[in-house]
Amino acid sequence: MFPTPLAKTSRTWQISYQVLLPVMLIIWLLPLIAVANFSIKPESDFVNGNYWGIPSSFEAFSNYGRVFFESNMPRYLWNSLFITIPTVIGAVALSAMAGFALGVYKFKGNLLIFFIFIAGNFVPFQILMVPVRDLTLSLNLYDTKTGLVLFHIAFQTGFCTLFMRNFIRALPFPLIEAARVEGIAEWKIFLYVVLPLMKPALAALAVLIFTFIWNDYFWAVVLTQGPDAQPVTAGITEFNSQFRAAYHLMSAGSIVAALPPVAMFFLMQKHFIAGLTLGAVK
Amino acid sequence: MSVSPAVPSTHASRPQRGWYKRNEIAITPWLFLLPAMIFFAVYVIIPIGQSFWISLHEWDGLGEKTWVGTANYERLLGWGDANVDRKFSVSFWNNLKWLVLYLLAIPAGLFIALFLNQTVTGIRFYKSMFFFPFVISQVVVGLVFSWFYLPREGLLNAILGFFGAGPINVLGDPTLATYGIIAAGLWPQTAYCMILYLTGLNAVDPEQVEAARLDGAKGHKMLWYVILPQLKPATFIAFVVTIIGALRSFDLISVMTNGGPFGSTRVLSFYMFEESLSEFGFRMGYGAAIAVVLFFIMLGFITYFLYAMYQDEKGAH
Repeated sequence: MFPTPLAKTSRTWQISYQVLLPVMLIIWLLPLIAVANFSIKPESDFVNGNYWGIPSSFEAFSNYGRVFFESNMPRYLWNSLFITIPTVIGAVALSAMAGFALGVYKFKGNLLIFFIFIAGNFVPFQILMVPVRDLTLSLNLYDTKTGLVLFHIAFQTGFCTLFMRNFIRALPFPLIEAARVEGIAEWKIFLYVVLPLMKPALAALAVLIFTFIWNDYFWAVVLTQGPDAQPVTAGITEFNSQFRAAYHLMSAGSIVAALPPVAMFFLMQKHFIAGLTLGAVK
Repeated sequence: MSVSPAVPSTHASRPQRGWYKRNEIAITPWLFLLPAMIFFAVYVIIPIGQSFWISLHEWDGLGEKTWVGTANYERLLGWGDANVDRKFSVSFWNNLKWLVLYLLAIPAGLFIALFLNQTVTGIRFYKSMFFFPFVISQVVVGLVFSWFYLPREGLLNAILGFFGAGPINVLGDPTLATYGIIAAGLWPQTAYCMILYLTGLNAVDPEQVEAARLDGAKGHKMLWYVILPQLKPATFIAFVVTIIGALRSFDLISVMTNGGPFGSTRVLSFYMFEESLSEFGFRMGYGAAIAVVLFFIMLGFITYFLYAMYQDEKGAH
C-alpha cells in the first residue's frame, strides 16, 4: 500500500492526519457549505450584510417552500425526470445490444464500428449543434422532451457501447459457446445468458447516464425554451432572472436542482464509481 | 446395415433449416447493432458531415443557404487580406489556457487520492464527500462559484480580507475572469481525477511496494519509480477526460459570465453558440465554421486516444 499505512507512521502524523481530514474536507466543500448556509437564511441577512455568518433565523422551510410553490421549479424537475428516465432506458437498451454484437461476434468491420462509437462520443457538441437543431425542428420536436430524449439516447449510445462491449469481453466466453452447442438461438443467448451477467454494468450505466443527462445544460438550451420542456439545469438560469439577487431562494433552488443526481450517487455509489473508473485499473 | 437400430435418423428427417437459421451467426450481430447504428448515424455521424457542408454557406437557419465557399474560414482565420476575427483569436487562446490549466486537475487529483488512500474509520465517507463536486451539475457549480467570487460580498473576498488582501472582482476583470472560471471547472474535474487515482491505487501491487521498501525506496522516489508506472491506465483516462472536458467547456462560461466581460472569457464552443443562436441573428454558416475548427482540434486528440486504445486492443489478442 502507498503511501505508508497510517498505523506504521509516527504518532504525531497519525494525530495530524485525523485533524487534517475534516479541515481539508471543509476547505474543499467551502463553496457548497456557503450555498447551503445561504439557502436557510432569511432575506434580511443579505440586506444587513450577514452573508457568511450564522443565519439570524432558520428559514429553510419558507425558502424551500417558496421554491416549490412560487416558481416553476416543480415543472422543471418534472421535465428533467421525463427527459432523464426514457434516455436512461433507451441508451442502456441500445448499447447493451450493440455491445453484445461487438463483444461476442467476429465479423468484418467490428473494430471499425466500435471505434466510430468511441470517436463519436468524444466529438465536441458544437459540431452537431446546427444540424441536430435543424433536424429536431423539421421533425417538429423542437421544444419538446421527446426531441431531447432522442438526441440524448443517440449520443449516450457511444459511451455506453464502449462500456458494454468491454464488459461483455470480460465475461467467460465458454458460457456462450456452451449455450450454442445446446442449440439455443442467438437472441436467446443474449436474453438469458448474457443479460443476467450484465447486471452490474447495466446498473453502473443507468446511474451514470442519469447523472449526465440530468446535469446536461447545453442541449437543453439548444433544443428547448420555456418551462414546457426545459429541464431543471436550463430552468435554474431562468429562475435566476426571476429571483435576481435573492440569494436565499436561488441557493435553495440550486440545491433542489442538484439533489437527484446526488441522491443517486449516494445510493448507488459502488456502481457509479465502477462506471466512471472503467479501465482505470488494468 | 441390416443391424442398424430402428432409430429414425434425425439428420435425414429434419426439415431444411430456414435461411435465417443457417446464417444466424452472421446476421445476428447486425440485427443487434442496427438500432444503435441508426440512432448514432442520424444524430452524430451525419451531422458532422452536415456541419462541414453548412460551414461553406451563409445561412440564417431558416431560409435558403447561400454558397460562399471558404469565405467563412477566410473571415475566421484571416486568410487572404482579411484580418483574423478578433473574437475568434480570443476564444482560441482561451481554449489553450483551458487545455493547459485544466491538466492541473491530474496532479491535484493524484495528490488528494494519495492523501485519502488510508484505512481509518470513516474514510469512505471522506472519499465520497471529496468526490461530491463532480456529481453536481456544472450549472450549479457555476452559480456557486459566481457567489463565491462576488466582488463585495463574496466568500473569496471575505477570506482575502481576513488576510488583509483584496478585494478583487474576479469575474468582472477581463484579465482574471477566464482563470476564475477555469478554477471553478478544476473543482469537479479534480474530484474525478481523484476517484480515478483512488481506484488505481487500490490495484497497486503490494508486493512490489514492499520489495521497493526493502530496497530503501520511499517518498517521492517510490511514487515516481514504483507507483506511477502502475497508475498508467488511470493517468491515461484522466488525461482523456480532462482534455475533452477542457475543450467542451461551455456551461460554466455561459452561467458565470456569458462570455464577458468584454468577451474576454469566450472559448470556441461558446463563440460558436453565440454566432449561431444569438439575438443578433442566426449566423449558422459562420458558427459551423467555428465548430469545424474546434472539431479538428479535438480530432487531433481523438486520433491519439484511439491509436492508444488500438495498441491496447492488439495487445489483448
